[in-house]
Amino acid sequence: MVRVDGSGGSNSLIKARGLGKTYSRGGEQIPVLQALNLDVEQGDFVAFMGPSGSGKTTLLNLLGGLDVPSAGSITVAGDEITSMSRSKLTQWRARHVGFIFQMYNLIPVLTAFQNVELPLLLTSLSKVQRRQHVETALGVVGLSDRMHHFPRQLSGGQEQRVTIARAIVSDPTFLLCDEPTGDLDRKSADEIMALLLTLVKGHKKTVLMVTHDPVVAARADMTLHLEKGVLVEAGRTQPAASGGVR
Amino acid sequence: MKFLGLIRANLFRKKIRFVLTIGSFAVALFLFGVLAVVRGAFSGGVDIAGADRLVVINRTSIIQPLPLAYADKIRRIPGVKELTYANWFGGVYQDEKNFFPQFAIDVDNQRRVYPEFAISEEQWQNFVKDRQGAIAGAATAKRFGWKVGDRIPIKGTFLGGVWEFNLDGIYHGTRQADDETQFWFQWKRLDEQVPDRLKSHVGWYTVKLDHPDDSLRISKAIDEGFANSPFETHTDTEKAFAAGWVKQFGNIQFLIMAIGAVVFFTLLLVTGNTMAIAVRERTGELAVLKAVGYSDRFVLLFVICESLLIALIGGSLGLGMAKLFTLGGDPTKGLLPFFFLPGSAVLAGLAVTLLVGAASGIIPAIGAMRLRVVDALRRV
Repeated sequence: MVRVDGSGGSNSLIKARGLGKTYSRGGEQIPVLQALNLDVEQGDFVAFMGPSGSGKTTLLNLLGGLDVPSAGSITVAGDEITSMSRSKLTQWRARHVGFIFQMYNLIPVLTAFQNVELPLLLTSLSKVQRRQHVETALGVVGLSDRMHHFPRQLSGGQEQRVTIARAIVSDPTFLLCDEPTGDLDRKSADEIMALLLTLVKGHKKTVLMVTHDPVVAARADMTLHLEKGVLVEAGRTQPAASGGVR
Repeated sequence: MKFLGLIRANLFRKKIRFVLTIGSFAVALFLFGVLAVVRGAFSGGVDIAGADRLVVINRTSIIQPLPLAYADKIRRIPGVKELTYANWFGGVYQDEKNFFPQFAIDVDNQRRVYPEFAISEEQWQNFVKDRQGAIAGAATAKRFGWKVGDRIPIKGTFLGGVWEFNLDGIYHGTRQADDETQFWFQWKRLDEQVPDRLKSHVGWYTVKLDHPDDSLRISKAIDEGFANSPFETHTDTEKAFAAGWVKQFGNIQFLIMAIGAVVFFTLLLVTGNTMAIAVRERTGELAVLKAVGYSDRFVLLFVICESLLIALIGGSLGLGMAKLFTLGGDPTKGLLPFFFLPGSAVLAGLAVTLLVGAASGIIPAIGAMRLRVVDALRRV
């Protein structure tokens, strides 16, 4: 159950309280997020929508430990991440967060296999164990036959699937997707959304996604709107979530 | 080891740039190697000069002679183990550009004072018995294609005429830096030919000591013993004498250091710029690495490792080329007393290479370390 009123209980996987972010530009303070509350439970699939500059990506960055808030706190699976040092936060990200970016951000000189293996190089897994994990992740996204292809040899949709495999290979606590279909055609976008839904429904993954596309947002369990730095619950989209992207 | 694939993939990302950067290091280290060889040729004699040997010359100048009678007086000084003497001949073989040092030597004591020059007993005895005999260093014999038994004509300069020598033997240095370019003949033959005023005079004495620690005391004793005589002496260690000799060619060491410093500074600028571009191009990728859990320190070491690897590959290539160059033989055809790349120069070259590699990578690496993921991803 996703809540934005700060009434979430102890079973919230992600808990943000009084979250604020202010940027300083040319001596001017620009508030992006203001006293935001959010509770997300395990297995939730949440979409964030809002106009450009409303703070969607900033919120995602804060929840993923890529940026630090100006005010408030974030707790993920019992870990208060806002008080962590930069190096602790890096270690925390490696264990708990899978990132999926709009522009895929694969390393062009590495094959799909090597790109997916990247997060596992930081673990103590053996080479054989890493291989098994990577093959499983690429199997989940349907790219077992493309594992030795370089990104330039893949389509946009396939690249994004490699990104998803990289995000899930270390079995993170939750996935953060920043416009995952923003650079894809409708068919590829549909495939990516189907894959994310499989991860949520079949693998009990928690997914937080930023999108501009209401059709894509409709596939999530709930869509939250960000307006002037404040979260507004737009409503549940259960019926659409099981349907196809229109 | 598991990150090696990542480093290797990045190294070969831009093949032309990789080859050019490696090439910069290779050329610079090749030059370094050749300069080290030249420096060694000039100063190697200083490095290996016997610490237990003194050289006694005329106080006025080395071209002024000393009486042969001084030998007995020097021998009597406590601490003197052996003594030999020699004269410079300065003849010309075929053409003036075929320079090599020729010495009239004291056959009775030469080998006791200079044990590092090895020659077979048979050849040496033939030389001792042959008043027209000569011994050549292996480098000079090789340079002119001489064999034992050859007749070698050398045109005298200050004495005039053509001096014919029988090549009775060829000596070899027992250490890599030993001078194998010398040409020896019997001092007695020279003494027979010189004008009366120069008879029984030598160019210099070389004195071997019981203990190197006595060099100062004995030098002083020799010079004081001949003070206020018509032939005052100046005694110094062989090392100081060799260093003074090298100085006559100018400050070779400084020249070589200056050239080397300019080359390496230029290399630093070139590779530093290359690394900065390489890192800037990969801002997004480095941000992704950080996003998925790679630490700032890892990214720092990752960039420095890459820079060091480029330096090491290029540097090793350059030093290897320099080694091959020296194995190809002395291009001056024996004009230099020795021509080889010493192991110490290879180690120094590798150390400088790694230093330049680290220095050129450090600024881009710090930039990559400080990179904020959020800012970097915004730029992608």
